[in-house]
Amino acid sequence: MDYLIGIVLMVGAFFAMAAGLGILRLPDVLIRMHASTKAGTLGAGLVLLAAVVYFLDWAVTVRIMAIMVFLMATAPIGAHMMGRASLRAKVPLYKIKAPTPKKAPSQKAAPARE
Amino acid sequence: MIESAFLNFSLTVSMVLLLAGLIFSFIRLVVGPTLPDRVVALDLMTVLIIVFCGIFAILEDKPAFLDVALVLALVGFLATVALARYVERYTQREQSTRAQKGQQ
Repeated sequence: MDYLIGIVLMVGAFFAMAAGLGILRLPDVLIRMHASTKAGTLGAGLVLLAAVVYFLDWAVTVRIMAIMVFLMATAPIGAHMMGRASLRAKVPLYKIKAPTPKKAPSQKAAPARE
Repeated sequence: MIESAFLNFSLTVSMVLLLAGLIFSFIRLVVGPTLPDRVVALDLMTVLIIVFCGIFAILEDKPAFLDVALVLALVGFLATVALARYVERYTQREQSTRAQKGQQ
């Protein structure tokens, strides 16, 4: 049982770290939001699942269910409002260069962070 | 306290990973070029602190920390909605003042 808890915990924390990495490295607001909402919610869900398995108690389980329901219901709403606001604020978006016929755009053509 | 060695190890590893994620999003919060960038980074930091509360509840063997996570989930959502509305109205006001200046 300890191994199950530990592995789920580490996978969840890895996804939380991936969300942070995505929000640091990705080029513009909407792509960053993609990293933060999906990976962040998945990481939180996995870590809370590990807490359910660790405590194995009805009161704790119901509380964690409430946290997960709130997170999964509110993350898309918040992301939608934030995306609409940033679109109306005319935040500069990341432009993908049209692929030239001889050479596909390489991974190295990272955007300059403004 | 926790007696299993593997569980101790995985708790340490997940704390380190989580703190790395928090530091990354804090850097984005500081350097973020526009206001929506900063709001998204703040939103992610709220979610990561909820994760921190979950790990800390296991580490300390006290389920009371999950109450903190529950309240933080609610307050974090309200903060995101309020900041999104702020960004939206700020741009609208800016555009209308620019239009008025154009008319004059």
